[in-house]
Amino acid sequence: MQLHVNGKEYSIEVSGNTTLLTTLREHLDLTGSKYGCGEGVCGACTVLINGVPVRSCITPVGSVQNKEITTIEGLEQNGKLHPVQEAFLEVDPFQCAYCASGMVMSSVALLNRNPSPSKQEIMDAMQSNICRCCTYPDLVEAIVKSIKK
Amino acid sequence: MEKEHELFETGLTRRRFFHLMGSGVAVVLTASDLFALTIFNAGDKENNIYADDEIAAWIHINPNGIITVYTGKVEVGQNIRTSLSQVVAEELRVSLNTIEMIMGDTSLTPYDRGTYGSLTTPNMSPQLRKAAASLRETLIEMAAAFWKTSTSSLKARDGKVIHSNGKSITYSELTKGKKILKPVNDKVTLTSPDQWKVAGQSIPKINGRDFITGKHMYTSDLKVPGMLYGKIMRAPSYGATLISADTSKAKSIAGITVVEEKDFIGVIGPDSQTAETALWEINAQWKTTPQPSNNTIFSYLKENAQAARSESNFGSVEKIFNESKDVLTQTFFIDYIAHVPLEPRAALAQWEGNNLTVWTGTQRPFAVQEQLEQLFGIPKNNIRVIMPDTGSGYGGKHTGDAALEAARLAKAAGKPVKVVWTREEEFKWAYFRPAGVIEVKSAVNNEGIITAWEFHNYNSGPAGLRIPYEVENQKIEFHPVESPLRQGSYRALAGVANVFARECQINDLANLRKIDPVTFRLKNLKDDRLKNVLEATVQAFGWSKVKPKDRGYGIACAYEKGGYIATAVEVEVSAGEVKIVSIVAAFECGKIINPRHLKSQVVGCLLQGLGGAMFEAIEFKDGKIINPSMANYRVPRFKDVPAIDIVLLDRPDIASTGAGEAPIVTIAPAIRQAIFDATNKKLNQLPLVPNGLKV
Ligand code: FES
Ligand code: FES
Repeated sequence: MQLHVNGKEYSIEVSGNTTLLTTLREHLDLTGSKYGCGEGVCGACTVLINGVPVRSCITPVGSVQNKEITTIEGLEQNGKLHPVQEAFLEVDPFQCAYCASGMVMSSVALLNRNPSPSKQEIMDAMQSNICRCCTYPDLVEAIVKSIKK
Repeated sequence: MEKEHELFETGLTRRRFFHLMGSGVAVVLTASDLFALTIFNAGDKENNIYADDEIAAWIHINPNGIITVYTGKVEVGQNIRTSLSQVVAEELRVSLNTIEMIMGDTSLTPYDRGTYGSLTTPNMSPQLRKAAASLRETLIEMAAAFWKTSTSSLKARDGKVIHSNGKSITYSELTKGKKILKPVNDKVTLTSPDQWKVAGQSIPKINGRDFITGKHMYTSDLKVPGMLYGKIMRAPSYGATLISADTSKAKSIAGITVVEEKDFIGVIGPDSQTAETALWEINAQWKTTPQPSNNTIFSYLKENAQAARSESNFGSVEKIFNESKDVLTQTFFIDYIAHVPLEPRAALAQWEGNNLTVWTGTQRPFAVQEQLEQLFGIPKNNIRVIMPDTGSGYGGKHTGDAALEAARLAKAAGKPVKVVWTREEEFKWAYFRPAGVIEVKSAVNNEGIITAWEFHNYNSGPAGLRIPYEVENQKIEFHPVESPLRQGSYRALAGVANVFARECQINDLANLRKIDPVTFRLKNLKDDRLKNVLEATVQAFGWSKVKPKDRGYGIACAYEKGGYIATAVEVEVSAGEVKIVSIVAAFECGKIINPRHLKSQVVGCLLQGLGGAMFEAIEFKDGKIINPSMANYRVPRFKDVPAIDIVLLDRPDIASTGAGEAPIVTIAPAIRQAIFDATNKKLNQLPLVPNGLKV
């Protein structure tokens, strides 16, 4: 199977119904996307497929063969952080940071779609991402800071 | 790693220490520094030895000026890697990036009982601070000897010792070729907090960049050459025992190995999904036994209570109850809840001959090492447990379940095996915050003084039983129960349950006497630190402000695990649905080391408490968990977060304590009181509004 991930071509042998998350983590060693629930409700595994946020834990890899997959590892360009990453680094919202990749990816997707979301729009868009350490207020601050970048 | 293994084999001698660590200067912190001084004063002989359980931590500075701190504490999101580095950097007068923290590795770090109970900041932090100051003092003494001058003309700054005449010498020049091992000087001069430059600041999370780029490797991300993925067969319900299992179909799947050791059955495969598929193909027969359900749990807890343990018993509560007009008797019920750490339990185990290495996310790596020692009957020195910074714990990762499973499978397979629990396994087979029944009876006199207090907790635990209010007649007991579901520690332990019942009762007593709940508390409290947080909360909240329609205000306060917390809440109840409008909380835990991370802990703790207060509950029937998924077990999300105002009270005159627990205890009773204020309904069970926030 052929996959385009973070601008690279991969040719791997997996069955098409393996989840994208398992494929990324176990076959491509891209472990930045996390497993939090496996049921599509926590957002820890969020990746972008042609720019749209998708829950990789419930996405069969067979369905994304000819699409552009971006994971957290692919945001940095030539050693330069994505503006959203920069904002998160500055605001320093995380405790255990296990939710971090999913939060950053979902925020990138939100800002791609809507470059200046209101607080309410941020909450709506991020509602399906869980931070179990409950750092939500600081996460909102980080996203607001991302807007300015 | 053989080298480090040796370090703790039979204790630590000076010669071995430097043989293993390389040269340099180190300060060792022991469990009993008195003992350390005695042995060091006995002279610098080979028999100056530390038994391995006496060492608590050490700081080593090598000839390159790199400072390494070794502690058995672990990072589960409390950001102690950052706060501990801050105090060390402060006392050593170096920048943070010259410090490396080696944490929670049984072969590299000294023994530690575990990271829990908010003990790192009150215990480890001041000790490391002293150790770092002692190291600074030693370096200054070395420079004084070098220049043949007195220490009084010397100062440490920016990794150097500086002479008042302008010359300076770097730490690395000083430590070159030296092998000096010293105990902590208990009388060392510490840097006063008003001089702090690094400590006391909001320093961002150490290695923060690794977390937002996906580089940090949690246990579940690790991979070693030849590694396979393991899955464990689970019982269908609590109390079920295995009769038989047909594994032939699973075995026939390409790449799958089935491990069968009595009632332990696991499968190993080339990836987790294949292993999972194989697991489904096992056909097992189980014998089940009658088990309780949600609707019978509270009577079960009362009926199965063991002998009571007295927490407090003085005066005569019976006499006062008989004489009093205003006596209030209530019962409170607390459901089981789950920790739901976002990273589930995970472990990677690798055997090399008789040596076992296990990476696992646990709050107690040394306890896991002991569990492995027992299971395999091999010496502890053959077992290394490493704890990578982990996807949180909240008191829920004290055990080594996944570590034991991975090690068993790896042994059978002769290959490294990683086991990562699924969310469902985490919900079903991790342990829960205990359920509980709490009976409270109390009397209040005409002046609004509480005169008698009787309090019985069934099953939650003894933490938080004592009351901060001055009451002359008390009878407080904890009644342990053999819990039908697996239970264990949780943030603040039973503090959440006991403070809920107590603060609800306090609010209701105030209401009974028609006294404002803040005034009522101040009347019955003597503890100034508690009064201070209460008053700070009241002021920030504007307690006496006019209440809009359908709104209610609630308040609660407590002292737990070294922290003082008061919380005020405003709710709106419209069409029978509760909405939290705002939360104001004041918190004080002594001197503040990192304001931003402290605030983050307080907010996180409050919001996690909001989940348990409002909607989190484990549902179970006949020993089966019936909501073992995040879709069916609600945890707080972005939109559950109201306006939050945190007031941090800084007390430079008081040593810092931890903040990961206390703030969780007061949110539930404050919300409950606010709902009562808005609706006149007394909700006496946690969670308060599990059915779609309906009152
Ligand atoms: S792991 Fe995919 S949404 Fe939770
Ligand atoms: S910081 Fe721990 S889950 Fe978000």
